[in-house]
Amino acid sequence: MSASKFDTALELVTHVPGVRGAMLVSAADGVVVAEALMDEMKGSAVAALAASLASRLRRAAEGAGRGVPRFVHLTATGGTLLAAPLGDDLLLVTVAERTVNAGLARLEMFRALEILA
Amino acid sequence: MSDDVRALTAQLAADPASLVFLPLGEALRRRGQLDSAQKVALQGLGRYPHLPDAHDLFARILTDKADFERAFDEWDMALRLDPQHAGAHKGLGFLFFKAGRTQEALEHLEAGLAEAPDDPSLKNAVARVRAALGAAAPPPPPAPAAPAPASAEEDDAAARAAIFAGLEGAENGLLLVDTQGLRLGGGLRDPGNTDVADVVAAHLAGVSREAARSAKLLGLGQWEMVVLEAPGGNAALLPASSEALLLVVRDASVPMGRLQVAAERAARAARAWLETLT
Repeated sequence: MSASKFDTALELVTHVPGVRGAMLVSAADGVVVAEALMDEMKGSAVAALAASLASRLRRAAEGAGRGVPRFVHLTATGGTLLAAPLGDDLLLVTVAERTVNAGLARLEMFRALEILA
Repeated sequence: MSDDVRALTAQLAADPASLVFLPLGEALRRRGQLDSAQKVALQGLGRYPHLPDAHDLFARILTDKADFERAFDEWDMALRLDPQHAGAHKGLGFLFFKAGRTQEALEHLEAGLAEAPDDPSLKNAVARVRAALGAAAPPPPPAPAAPAPASAEEDDAAARAAIFAGLEGAENGLLLVDTQGLRLGGGLRDPGNTDVADVVAAHLAGVSREAARSAKLLGLGQWEMVVLEAPGGNAALLPASSEALLLVVRDASVPMGRLQVAAERAARAARAWLETLT
C-alpha cells in the first residue's frame, strides 16, 4: 500500500472540523502503521489504547452473537475516539473534539476505508 | 533482531513515553531475551508505575527467570491497581498452583476467567485445577433430588426485567451489570435466542475499564458512552452509576441516534432502581 494512499485516506478524516488526528493501527498489537495527528498527540498511546479497547469490544460483541463491530464510538467529557476495522488486521482510529460532527467523521472514515481496502 | 522487535524498538526510541514498551517487552520475552525484556519493562514501569499491564509484563518476565517471589509481588501490585486484571489473576493462579495451594489457585483462575471468558488457556487451567481439586477432595454431596421449580426461574426473570418495566427490550436488549461483570437486571439473547446475558456481562466489566483507561490516558476526560455498530445489531454501553453499567442492544436497522436516546432513557430507569437499593 503506497504512502500517498495512506495520506489521502487519512486526510479525508482529518479535514473534518474537530478531528485532532487519524491513524491506521495494527489491530493485534496496537502499533502505528500510519498517522496524521496534531503535534501534541502521542500516536503510540492512542494506537495501543484504541486497539485494546476495540479488541475488548469485539469479544463482547461476538459473545452477544452480533459479529465483529464495524464502527466504535467512545464519547468522553473532553473528546471522542472513533474506530473502524479494515479487515482483520488493521484499525482506522480517529481522535476528535467532543463537539465533532460524529456522523460526518464516521462517513469520512468509511470513505477512507474504501480507499485503503 | 526480528522485524517486529526492530520496529517496536524504533518506535520506543522515537517516543520513549509511549506504551509501546508493553508489546516490545512481551515480544522480547517470547523470544527468550529476558534481560532485554526486563530492561524495557523496568523503563516502562518507571514512567507508568500505576499501569497494571506494566506490572503484569514485568511479572511474566520474572516468572520466566524463575524469580517467583518477585513475580508474585508484581502481580499482587497489578491486582491492587486493577482488582479484575485477568493477566494478574492468571499469573497468581499459576504461582499458587505451583506452590501446591490449589484452592487459592482456582480462585484466581476463576476470577481471571470471569474477566476473560474466551481465554482458552484460562479455561484449560480452571478445568485442570478443578480436576486436581476433585481428585484430592472427598466425594461431593449428592445432587439435589429435583431441579428448582420452573416457576422460580420465571419469577427471577420477571424480577430482572422489572428494572426496565415499560421500556422496549426490558427482557431482551437491556442489560444492567455491576463493575465486577455480574448481572443486576435485564436480559440479553443472541439472534438464535440463546441467553448470553451472563457471558456478555462478564465481558462488559473489562470493556468499561478499558474505556475509562483509554479516555483518561488520552486526556479525553471521563468516558460517557461507547456505541458500536455490528452486523447483528447496534449497542450502547454507558455507566448507569459509579458501580453499574448499562448495555442497550438493538437491531442493526435502529438508527444510532435513536439507540442513544433509548440508552439514556434506560439509564434513568436503572438509576432510579439503583437508588431504591441504597
